[in-house]
Amino acid sequence: MNNFQKNKLIDHSFKILGMLFTFLGILILAILIYNIVKVGYTRINWTFLTSLPSRKPENAGIYTAIIGTLDLMLLTVLFAIPVGVGAGIYLEEYAKKSKLSSLLEINISNLAGVPSIIYGLLGLGVFVRFFNFGGSILSGSLTLSLLILPIIIVATREAIKAVPHSLKEASFALGASKWQTIKNVVLPSSFGGILTGIILSLSRAIGETAPLIVVGAMAYVPFVPQSIFDTFSVLPMQIFNWTTRPQQGFAIAAAGAIIVLLLITFVMNGIAVYFRNRWQKKLQ
Amino acid sequence: MKYKEKLIENFFKFCASITIFTTIGIIAVLLFESISFFRDVSIFEFLTDTQWTPLFSEKHFGILALVSGTFLTAAIAIAVALPIGLTIAIYLNMYAPKSFRKTLKPFLEILAAIPTVVYGFFALTIVTPFLQTIYPDLETFNSLSAGIVMGIMIIPFISSLSEDALYAVPKSLKLAAFGMGSTRFQTAFKVMVPAASSGIIVSVILAISRAIGETMIVAIAAGQQPQLTLNPTVPVQTITSFIVQVSSGDAPQGSVEYKTIFAAGLTLFLFTFTLNSVSFWIKKKYQEKYE
Repeated sequence: MNNFQKNKLIDHSFKILGMLFTFLGILILAILIYNIVKVGYTRINWTFLTSLPSRKPENAGIYTAIIGTLDLMLLTVLFAIPVGVGAGIYLEEYAKKSKLSSLLEINISNLAGVPSIIYGLLGLGVFVRFFNFGGSILSGSLTLSLLILPIIIVATREAIKAVPHSLKEASFALGASKWQTIKNVVLPSSFGGILTGIILSLSRAIGETAPLIVVGAMAYVPFVPQSIFDTFSVLPMQIFNWTTRPQQGFAIAAAGAIIVLLLITFVMNGIAVYFRNRWQKKLQ
Repeated sequence: MKYKEKLIENFFKFCASITIFTTIGIIAVLLFESISFFRDVSIFEFLTDTQWTPLFSEKHFGILALVSGTFLTAAIAIAVALPIGLTIAIYLNMYAPKSFRKTLKPFLEILAAIPTVVYGFFALTIVTPFLQTIYPDLETFNSLSAGIVMGIMIIPFISSLSEDALYAVPKSLKLAAFGMGSTRFQTAFKVMVPAASSGIIVSVILAISRAIGETMIVAIAAGQQPQLTLNPTVPVQTITSFIVQVSSGDAPQGSVEYKTIFAAGLTLFLFTFTLNSVSFWIKKKYQEKYE
């Protein structure tokens, strides 16, 4: 075999290896989903969705966990969206190139890399203890809001950056003020990108477990929370708790709850991808 | 009118400053409780003792036992994710047809969107029993299974970021290599990877940082026994899963057990902060190389 053939062979082998690894990733995804559905599908019914948690695995349901997840997300949306989008607008439209703005930038990129459990410790120290909100829905959602803030800010900035300069200049030329331009030109044309970022960040927040454990989410909440100061459970918390129990029945219940959680996550990611594609087409 | 404009600008400024307060808050909380912890426990013991037993009656506070578990699981994860992730990145960039790339990438990215608690369940109930059929002495809780699954989770992380880095290499370099008669393999490893090396290194550093801070997979599948070991078949405990263990119980505020999670958290924060800063520095330094 001469050099040429040898190089050709190496080239071809690597191509096959690359293909194998790419499909391996997708294969693992398929194995994961298949195994979980196989174990958990028997629990997927109306009773499972509307039952309270129980000490008996066959009676246990995810009602309080679902309500807890919904409550938590609602509050997180309320806190994180205005602050995240606002910070993104400030950095793109107002901040001048200065020490402060580069400090803000470094800081946000660093925050994006802080492990989620550290946010839990922040929430425990500040919201649970210092402000005395206790292990409540309020503490949990404030903690998650801070956690997803960097994602929303980065997405907002990317979306605003993609708005053509000519649009903004046209608006200024018509005598519009800065805020009028942002409100009437910049935000409407970057809406798709911002929305994509928000949905992706929420899909991340829905799956978070570690910071909520630290903040004090409960594994066993036999009632529906009445106010934002009540204790709560969420779907991932319920899954974690059932996974760590020795009885096989709880493993099945955990798989059932995972199916619900994965469905929510996939649907949200699907919607995000849909909006992104539509928005990118519109921009072009 | 002018007043309103100013008010709005200040509101946005306030929003941006919340990110600064978050960082200050994290450092303040970690330092405040850690200082109080180090009044009870000497820093020397914390850094040199090889046992970690704050929840037992005979208490030891050697963070090394947790650090070793943390780095063992992270090392296994990187050993899985780096070769696979990088190969996928090169394959998608150099070999795969464009349409192929466009359909495959979102699929791979689903791997990164799956909640980590689901991966934990996968590691404990599917991967560990499977590995036990190959190696029967593997214990129910072990760092091998947790590390492998964590590696799977960060594959898209490495492949996406590395692919972006390869994509940013000027086309002229690639074409020049082809023009010299190089195969795609030679072009990839002699031209593209060296040219994109800073971006690839950044992706690996960020992946290590991610692996060190990952919590739920190790909390579920790696066990709760802090020990100074490199044996991947026995239970270990990571910094993160220790914090989960204490938080799931009810350590009274002010007790030493309560304060340990902040000292452990501070250690974790220092690791990830260093890694993230290094990666940010590399990115800034080499970003404009080709512009």
